[in-house]
Amino acid sequence: MTLSVSTIVLITILGLAGIAFYGLLASRNLIKLVVALQILVKGAVLAFILAGNQIGNVNEAQSLALTVIVADTIVAVLGLALAVQIRQRLGTLDIKALTTLKR
Amino acid sequence: MVWQMLIGLGILASAILAIRTKRLLVSAIWLAVASALTALMIYLLGAPQIAVIELSVGAGLVTVLFVFAINIAGDEPVEIRSLIPAPLAWGLVILAAALTAFLVLPKLGLLPVNAVDSTKGSILWDARYMDILLQIAIFFSGVLGVLGLLSSGKPKVEEEE
Repeated sequence: MTLSVSTIVLITILGLAGIAFYGLLASRNLIKLVVALQILVKGAVLAFILAGNQIGNVNEAQSLALTVIVADTIVAVLGLALAVQIRQRLGTLDIKALTTLKR
Repeated sequence: MVWQMLIGLGILASAILAIRTKRLLVSAIWLAVASALTALMIYLLGAPQIAVIELSVGAGLVTVLFVFAINIAGDEPVEIRSLIPAPLAWGLVILAAALTAFLVLPKLGLLPVNAVDSTKGSILWDARYMDILLQIAIFFSGVLGVLGLLSSGKPKVEEEE
């Protein structure tokens, strides 16, 4: 069984997305959630570059991936600032402490 | 091709370790390793500019931000039990990934793979001019948001009580 390079990269992208979705579902730490989002966006950037490579127009894909990286960095900065503020006000990073409605 | 397979396995292994480790600092380090390997993979796909940006931003700046935030917030271990049972989460994730692979993988060989045209470096400034403006807007709104979040004002609720 021979795998082409694009198939290998696509399997990597799907694996990254799966790992990141598992982290978003199962993790309870706020900073861990930001880590999972970062992994998800790495998969997205890799998918952009793979698509550009497949249609033979890498430059277009690079400019789109640049926008994604900028937005992702701002998301990470805002998420970490939110986590720090929540830690300072509530004393914990557990997302279960954020619920105000009792079940 | 062997290199791509090794790098892909390395990316997946470091991503799993970044999610599964207990300590937050170790998790941030594994995220940096995954980012560096992703940059290598992007470089091998023929996009060196975005590989450099991914390496410097993803493995450099974001790691510094994570270490800074963990330094302030503390490396507090949250208990392992998640709100969703772990087998249910894994089942949903594997189902979604399998469905996506079933949809995408047969389409992969249909598109022609042309030679990489690296002479037109000005596509960022000609065709994607609005994206640059959008990035500047996102950047400034992010800076304003961080300044608002990290301002050391007293919460109103505590003053009333």
